[in-house]
Amino acid sequence: MTLTADNLSKDKIKEIIAKRIAKEFHPNDIVTLGIGLPTEAANYIDENMHIIFQSENGILGMGKNQKGPRYNTKIVNAGGTYVEVNKGASFYDSQMAFTIMRGGHIDVTVLGALQVDAEGSIASWQIPGKFVPGIGGSMDLIVGSKKVIVAMTHTSKQESKIVKKCTLPLTAYRQVDIIVTERAVFQVAKDGLILTEINPLFSVQDIKNSTDADFFISKSLISMQI
Amino acid sequence: MKEIISAKQAAKLIKSNSTVMVGGFLSCGAPDKILDELVNENIKNLTMICNDTSFEDVDKGKLIKNGHVKKVITTHIGTNPVTGAKMQSGEIEVEFYPMGTLVEKIHAKGSGLGGVLTPTGIGTVLEEGKQIVEIKGKKYIFEEPLGADFAIIYGTKVDIYGNVCFEGTTRNFNTSMATAADVVIVQADELVECLNPNEVVIPGIFIDYIVKRES
Repeated sequence: MTLTADNLSKDKIKEIIAKRIAKEFHPNDIVTLGIGLPTEAANYIDENMHIIFQSENGILGMGKNQKGPRYNTKIVNAGGTYVEVNKGASFYDSQMAFTIMRGGHIDVTVLGALQVDAEGSIASWQIPGKFVPGIGGSMDLIVGSKKVIVAMTHTSKQESKIVKKCTLPLTAYRQVDIIVTERAVFQVAKDGLILTEINPLFSVQDIKNSTDADFFISKSLISMQI
Repeated sequence: MKEIISAKQAAKLIKSNSTVMVGGFLSCGAPDKILDELVNENIKNLTMICNDTSFEDVDKGKLIKNGHVKKVITTHIGTNPVTGAKMQSGEIEVEFYPMGTLVEKIHAKGSGLGGVLTPTGIGTVLEEGKQIVEIKGKKYIFEEPLGADFAIIYGTKVDIYGNVCFEGTTRNFNTSMATAADVVIVQADELVECLNPNEVVIPGIFIDYIVKRES
C-alpha cells in the first residue's frame, strides 16, 4: 500500500517520530526518555553512539527490557518495567536522581505533551477535572535539561496540539527547544516557531491548516525521512 | 542494637490520623508487608507522603483502595486509577509536588535546613500561594521542609545495628525519608549481623525498628 497523508497507521506515526528523535542524539549524550512514544526512540539508536540513558527512579546506563522468564524485580524503569543495565551503569536514590535532572546534567530530554505553544511552553500533567496523572519528574526534567524535545502526534481528535498559547495548566514555561510530530519538525525560537522539516506526504498548507500556532518557514526547509 | 519486630507489631505502632512517609518507586523498594498489616489493623485517616500511589492492588495502592488514607502528598497518581477516582469524588485530598521538589523538602527536614529554593514550577500553577524569591535575576519557589510522624521504608539488607543497604533501583525515596520522621521502621529482605561499613547507604542511627520480611 502506498503511504498517503490519510492512511498513516498509529505504528507508522510512532516510527516516523521515533526515528526523527533519534537523530537529535550525539555520541555519549546523557538522555532521558519519557514513558510511551519517546521511549520508542531508543529502538533507532546506533549502539556505537554510547548514549547513556537515565531513568528518574535511579539509573544511569539503563539498558533494554529484561527478557525473562525470570526477572530481577529490583531493577525497574520509571514505568515499573523490569530493565537491564549496561556496562558502566550506576544506581542512586531520588535525591541524586534530581541532582542529575534538575542540576543541568542531562543533555537531552524527550517527552510527550498535551499541548505545546508558540513560546515553547508545555502542558502535560493534567486536564483539570478529567485526567490528572500528576507531575512526576517531568517539571524538574524540563527545567534542568540542556535540550528539551517534545514528541507527540500533531493533532488529537483533529484538534491541533501546537497552540498559540497553552490553555491547560503548564508543566514548564518557555523551556521547549524542538517539537517533533509525524507531520513536521519545529524549532522554538525567541520570536516563535520555525518549521524546519516537513513530512513529504503533507504540504506547507496542510501544516498551516492543522497547526493552531503561527510559524515561520525556514529558508532551508527539508523533507523528513518517513 | 535495634528492636526487631513483626510487620503486625510495626503496624500497631502507627496510630490513626498519623502522617506517614512510605518509601518505594511504584512497587520497587516498597515496604509491602508492613503496608499489608496497616490494612489488616484498619489504621484510618492517614496522611501518606509517597512518590506515587503504586498500582491498585499492591502496597501503597491497597491503603488507598481500602480507605485508610485521607490525604496523599505525592508526585504522580497515574498508575493507580483508584486514587484519581477518589480525588475526583472528594474522598481523598491529593497534594502534588514535582518529584525533585518533594524529595528535597524531605531532605531539608532531615538535614535541618529551613527550606528549599527551586526553579521547578516557575511560570506554572505551582507558584500560586508560594513565596517567590529572586536570586541574581533568577526566580525560585520557596518550599518548606516536610517531615512526618512515621517513615516506613525498605532495605535489601539490614544489620542488627540498623544499617541499611540496597540493590538496584530500590533506594528511591527510602534514603531521604529515613532522615525526616520521628519514628523510622525499615522492612528488610534480609537481616544480617553486620554489614560491611563500605556497603552502608543509610547509617543505622536513623532506624528505630527493623521488620524482617517473611515471604
